[in-house]
Amino acid sequence: MLCSKLCGMSRDERVWIKRNYGNCSGCRRCEIACSLYHEGKIWPEASKIRIFMIVPGVEIPHLCFQCEDYPCVEACPTGALSVNGKTGAVNVDVAKCTACGQCIEACPGNVPHLHPEGNYIVICDLCDGKPKCVKACQEGRWNTLMLIPREKEVSYRTLAKTPVELTHEVARQILGEETAKEVID
Amino acid sequence: MRGYAGKFLEIDLSSRNIKDTKFSDEVLRDYIGGRGLATKILWDRLGRKWETVDPLGPENILLVLTGPFTGYFPGTKVCVSGKSPQSNGVIGSTVAGEFGVDLKCAGYDGLIITGNAEKPCYIFTCDSQVEIKDASPIWGKKARETLRFLVRKSIAEIKDIRPSHGEVKEPSVLYIGPAGENKTRVAAVVAKYAHGAGYGGYGGVMGAKNLKAIVAKGFGPVPDPYDKEKVIDLAQRFSERNFKMERFRRWGTGGGGYFFGAETSSEPVRNWQSEWHNKESYRKEEFDKYWVKKYWGDFGCPTTCLKLAVLKTGRFRGAICDNPDYELEAYLGTNLGIFTPEENIYLSYVSNELGLCGIQGGAVLGLAAELYEKGILTKKDLDGIELEWANVEAFAALAEKVAFRKGIGDILAEGVYRAAIKLGEIKGANLLKYAVHEKGVAIGAHGVRSGEDFISQNIAYACSVQGGDHTSSASLPIDQGGELSSIMADSAVFCIFAAFGIEDNEKISFYEAITGWKLTKKEWYKEKALRILHLQRALLLLGGPDAKWRPKLDDDNPPRFWEPLPSGPYKGKTLDRKKFEEARLEYFEAAGWNENGVPKAETLRKLGLEDVEAKLKDVALIK
Repeated sequence: MLCSKLCGMSRDERVWIKRNYGNCSGCRRCEIACSLYHEGKIWPEASKIRIFMIVPGVEIPHLCFQCEDYPCVEACPTGALSVNGKTGAVNVDVAKCTACGQCIEACPGNVPHLHPEGNYIVICDLCDGKPKCVKACQEGRWNTLMLIPREKEVSYRTLAKTPVELTHEVARQILGEETAKEVID
Repeated sequence: MRGYAGKFLEIDLSSRNIKDTKFSDEVLRDYIGGRGLATKILWDRLGRKWETVDPLGPENILLVLTGPFTGYFPGTKVCVSGKSPQSNGVIGSTVAGEFGVDLKCAGYDGLIITGNAEKPCYIFTCDSQVEIKDASPIWGKKARETLRFLVRKSIAEIKDIRPSHGEVKEPSVLYIGPAGENKTRVAAVVAKYAHGAGYGGYGGVMGAKNLKAIVAKGFGPVPDPYDKEKVIDLAQRFSERNFKMERFRRWGTGGGGYFFGAETSSEPVRNWQSEWHNKESYRKEEFDKYWVKKYWGDFGCPTTCLKLAVLKTGRFRGAICDNPDYELEAYLGTNLGIFTPEENIYLSYVSNELGLCGIQGGAVLGLAAELYEKGILTKKDLDGIELEWANVEAFAALAEKVAFRKGIGDILAEGVYRAAIKLGEIKGANLLKYAVHEKGVAIGAHGVRSGEDFISQNIAYACSVQGGDHTSSASLPIDQGGELSSIMADSAVFCIFAAFGIEDNEKISFYEAITGWKLTKKEWYKEKALRILHLQRALLLLGGPDAKWRPKLDDDNPPRFWEPLPSGPYKGKTLDRKKFEEARLEYFEAAGWNENGVPKAETLRKLGLEDVEAKLKDVALIK
């Protein structure tokens, strides 16, 4: 804080959702909170955060990693994706999106997915800086999702992984190397 | 019609005919969903010939039903039912997981499965795209392999259906293990690795239909409720109450393995010969050491009382199971003389892999072990297995025999009641006194002899229409909680472990907000729930073809419950026959049944069940 003042910079107010995968209970209350807020319905497939459970017990909350270089925004051929100046989230202009899927290809974690009924892409918008999923996770004290200030020096892109990659990683962590292998392969 | 998808998926496996089935508002208002609706469907379609319907034959109907609470109540389950191969009546057996939500999001309130397939198959449904697929690659496979195959294959197939969707989230799966395939009466319908609809024995019903699994994926929303704001507000209030129950959240029912033995003397020990133990090795903190997830749950659950246990090292490395929860701590632990978490986790894992119900399968292992202890079953009878108490490897080997119906396992696969009869015939002795069951259903791990358990009434099992099912126990007064309240949980379909401290009136408000249909507590207890209870009671008494319960005579506790407790602080305590008979009569009268427990004609007429009256007259149950 002091440093940024001395340097004459305003502090970055942008936030990042930290994930502690090993803590995920699989309650999916984040999916419920997200879809209720954005869709007005309980709609797991329309939720911008999705819990993948390729292996029971290894539940993976999957949502935008907000890469610092935004490869999805770059890849979008129609200009439907943009970076929100306030929150740093990726905004989707539904009218411009053609559901071409280029952003999914460009994403190092394959995070974006199509809205189940509309012909457009779904990406986390951080609920304007107050993400409902984090609130749902925190109120139940699972501490899987945590809101932290976004650091300029950190490469969030390196954290971006696909559900399968994360499943392997987390399974090794919680089940042990050998057992994870038996369960997944 | 709000809160319902509005249609049910009906599949005839014999003709491979697939269609949508609808029920009128009147039927749904009276029977809600889940257990209530299952009973109604079974009565309407099979009631008249009930005594002749073989639960393990093609005539039986397998029902997998949601309820209006599915997806909204914080704590989601789905109800599995049909004619039970254990009780020969109807049991509403619920299992947690996302299956019910996926099904609703696919546009269905439930599945009605008739006939039987020529070859092993599984049902795949992605929204309205429904297929009967070949299950031969997984027939004979255990839990892990079955699930891995189905999840992978189904994800690939959903990607084909929605090629540009992006990463596809796995569908929900209900399946059976070898125990179900081999039509044992102790097999569960399983979700994930170890969530089972065990009571009733519907794993065997799936096996008899050559149905290995049901895969469901829904891309739609949960159907809109009538008053969304109220529903969400109530759900949040219910959740907050659960958030505060940190003790239960932290330890789940798994805290019971020590507690119900040491404190309340109501935990089965060595085939119920005792109900007391105070083994420090079985304290919850000892189980905690193996929990890699201390809070684990299913869709919408605020409580997450499940825990994920993994043995990462040692001779049983690789074993995974949930908790084990209290029932499995008892039935695959203390009741077999096992008092270490490691062995209990291992045996739970073995049981889960085989698709056995931990309670029903565990109970039959306990029966065999007592018969071995008494020298009635020999090492030779058991193909060389030395079935000493606490011999975990021996129990694992015998569980495998049960699931595959090998050797003695073929008899034990019939469950405690039938196995005791068959072994008794072979040995020329009455072995039923060792079978702790109620109406063919092994009794949940909550004894009533000490009177200190939360299930404490002497009629809890004897008068239940679901026999030994501890989640549906009878109690007096009849219109406060008890079985009529269980009917609410199993019909609206929600998890009772996320409903502690939620009053009947609140559940009814929730029901009204979802469906937009009025309901009062009085209507529930005096009419709707009672009607469902009567149908279940009638079908239970009709029974057949292999088992038939004598009214009153069989509405009794198992012989073991009349023996005095042999040890512990409640040593010598047992049930009082006179008090029991008084309570039973009071219950019968309160339900509107005669002194033998047969529904009275006048009560049936009052409930609009004249057809049941006619049927009971046909078989001379009503004179």
